[in-house]
Amino acid sequence: MSDLLKIRDLRIEGRSDETWTPIINGVDLDLKRGEVLGLIGESGAGKSTIGLAAMGYTRDGVRISGGSVEFDGIDLVTASARVKRDLLGKRIAYVAQSAAASFNPAHKIIDQHTEAPVQHGVAKRSTSVEDGIELYRKLRLPNPDEIGFRYPHQVSGGQLQRAMTAMAMSCRPDLIIFDEPTTALDVTTQIEVLASIRNIVDEFDTAAIYITHDLAVVAQMADRIKVLLRGDEVEEAETREMLSHPKEDYTKSLWAVREFQRPEKPPAPADAVPVVSVRNVTAAYGSTDVLHNVSFDIHAGRTVAVVGESGSGKSTTARCITGLLPPRQGEILFDGEVLPADYRKRTKDQLRQAQMIYQMADTALNPRKTIGEIIGRPVRFYGGLRGAKRRERVHELLDQIELEPAQYYHRYPSELSGGQKQRVGIARALAADPKFIICDEVTSALDQLVAEGILRLLADLQDKLGLSYMFITHDLATVKSIADEVVVMKDGRVVEHGPKTDMFTPPHHPYTDLLLSSVPEMDPDWLTDLLAERGVDNLGDAAVDKM
Amino acid sequence: MSSILKIILQRLGLGLITLFIVSIVIFVAVNLLPGDFAEAILGQGATPESVAQIRRDLGLDQPLVARYLDWLRGMLTLDLGTSFAQLNFAKAMGGAGSVTVAEQIAPRLSNTLFLAAVTACIAVPVAVFLGVLAALYRNTAFDKAANLFTLSSISSPEFFMAYVLILFLAVLNPVFPSLSNIYEGMAFSERLQKSMLPALTLTLVVTAHMMRMTRAAIINLLASPYIEMARLKGLSPMRVIVKHALPNALAPIINVIALNLAYLITGVVVVEVVFVYPGIGQLFVDSVKIRDIPVVQACCLIFAAAYILLNLTADILSIISNPRLRHPK
Repeated sequence: MSDLLKIRDLRIEGRSDETWTPIINGVDLDLKRGEVLGLIGESGAGKSTIGLAAMGYTRDGVRISGGSVEFDGIDLVTASARVKRDLLGKRIAYVAQSAAASFNPAHKIIDQHTEAPVQHGVAKRSTSVEDGIELYRKLRLPNPDEIGFRYPHQVSGGQLQRAMTAMAMSCRPDLIIFDEPTTALDVTTQIEVLASIRNIVDEFDTAAIYITHDLAVVAQMADRIKVLLRGDEVEEAETREMLSHPKEDYTKSLWAVREFQRPEKPPAPADAVPVVSVRNVTAAYGSTDVLHNVSFDIHAGRTVAVVGESGSGKSTTARCITGLLPPRQGEILFDGEVLPADYRKRTKDQLRQAQMIYQMADTALNPRKTIGEIIGRPVRFYGGLRGAKRRERVHELLDQIELEPAQYYHRYPSELSGGQKQRVGIARALAADPKFIICDEVTSALDQLVAEGILRLLADLQDKLGLSYMFITHDLATVKSIADEVVVMKDGRVVEHGPKTDMFTPPHHPYTDLLLSSVPEMDPDWLTDLLAERGVDNLGDAAVDKM
Repeated sequence: MSSILKIILQRLGLGLITLFIVSIVIFVAVNLLPGDFAEAILGQGATPESVAQIRRDLGLDQPLVARYLDWLRGMLTLDLGTSFAQLNFAKAMGGAGSVTVAEQIAPRLSNTLFLAAVTACIAVPVAVFLGVLAALYRNTAFDKAANLFTLSSISSPEFFMAYVLILFLAVLNPVFPSLSNIYEGMAFSERLQKSMLPALTLTLVVTAHMMRMTRAAIINLLASPYIEMARLKGLSPMRVIVKHALPNALAPIINVIALNLAYLITGVVVVEVVFVYPGIGQLFVDSVKIRDIPVVQACCLIFAAAYILLNLTADILSIISNPRLRHPK
């Protein structure tokens, strides 16, 4: 059978300032009808760019400079805009990373669903509405009869992602491009979406390109996997072959990332005074309580990972500790002394002791200040150092985060990579010379290799400086590699709390169990087995609701 | 919906306070101007006796605070008072009945509102349409031409644009009359025809703002993932903009439209003078000239109220245009 999609020597360039620089350097790709190809690689590998180019589409400031993209005999590189518009939505559809951002907030879901069929003349609106409801049912959305008549903001992220898959299916296309469709979701929600996508792609025998940076996910979804690195193909093979016998060093290094693991420290002595003690904290936004009676301790030189899904109260707990959100009840102790609930009532020294590192280093650093100024500010504010002394201290801090001071002191954040920016965020926290640092999802925006570097750095700093960390994350692999103790949160409550080894050895709380079993594994049969084991009614969302 | 009601009540309350402050500021400001009504009306040959006589007649010899409180008392009983000019005339004629400020302003205000409405009916659709087209064909010759044209018309003085229009549409091609001397009881069509040139002049003045905001608000959204999604569904560029970008760009557009409508009510003196259009602007300027405080006060309160109400309407429409606010979770 002939190929549905045939990409040959695809070259794509991106504009930076006035010059065009290559992003994709001659990639070939073949896809048969009904086949699923996984595209993996780190950010900047060009996965999404290739995915969009497979639709004959490039974003602003990007152009196809050579090669061909042949879809069912039509070259999309040379085809006119009208020809491409005829294919898009009808025969080639797209599922974006963030359904919340990719649904138009101004229109109801079903109106967006029927738009492509009606505009392409594939179906009448009424037929398309019925079909949409049928698809919602197949994708196991709750209330399939009425969910489409809501606005996007009234529906949860995981459900929207499935509604978007339904939308892509609305014209029964030959090819769907899935661009990181589950990256923004919690693990338990991810399972449901993965299962839905896989079923429906199977059922309609749709070909798909599945783009992701998560190997374990792609292992569940793809027949074949293609690995990309900075716009070049590294290797391509059948999924099982690729997982068991990766040929290239780069692929092997991707496989190996998850192996970083710190030895667990011995438990703190029973009579030790914890650095931070959260005692029976209940907190509310407005009149609704979002934290209920949360208690845990963080001892000197140790890392406590706080895990849970979005909305479980992890970040709210951090806000209570930092005093940004004074708790309604309960108290925060630092070195055994009660801290004022409101940060404005805390002394400078109390503020200095607890620092924070943020998830998005991009937005947490002032783009108009140099690295030297960014780190120098807390050095002066908390340490009172000026002039040469301040400069010396900033150099020392840059050394600690392994950035060459002479080279980076005068640079601006925009000239740094994501990992380097996060390192600057760490240096800024260290500048206050704190005892305790809250790390809020500090690695979740980073690629695996870079994230590992950050975790290693944090571990080293802990050993050298005796820091205590509260590590907020939803990624259990991160927990495994860095935590000493784990606090599992759900709906604003602590459901399990203890040393890491206990957490990862059964028996656990049913919710912890669900979280652990929901983390995709590198085994291509993992999803199938899990679904069989849980039964269709016990997938992610449904399972969470039952608890 | 109760939240919208709450906003309306809150804003109306704040609006009343604003009006109160405006009335004080205007009262004081007019009194800071050199001279008063008596001196202005009698001119250079006035004798001190006749000036004093008029002041006594109109109560201008009272202290400032007393006069303000007197005016405020009238205001609270919805009595805008009588203009000094009318009162003085009536006194001179031996106490005959005189026209109140309300009666004086009413026809002028309705003329102004008529002109503003005609202008809005032309300018708003044209501006939004041009803005959508400019966004659709951004950075093309059309976009640049539209920008150039609207920007030049907004940068030229109003009277200049007025005379250019008179030259082309009244003198060289007599399509519309150059004098807009409308009066009560005139047929609607004639009234419309006579108001056309001032309306067109004002359209040229206000279109640029609204068009550029429409264009900018739409282009601002074109990088959004949902616009990319709409394109990847194979929709036509026009549909992408009208159906997917425009509904989300309404809030800023509505706000600029409201500001421009407020300008049409309060700021059209020059155009009124050029076309001899009997609107409220002309009355206002004349009253300031002769320090006729009751009329000035009334006009200012109307102007302030127009701003407040139009902005309030804009805010409410913005809320209604946003489904997230209209249908909370």
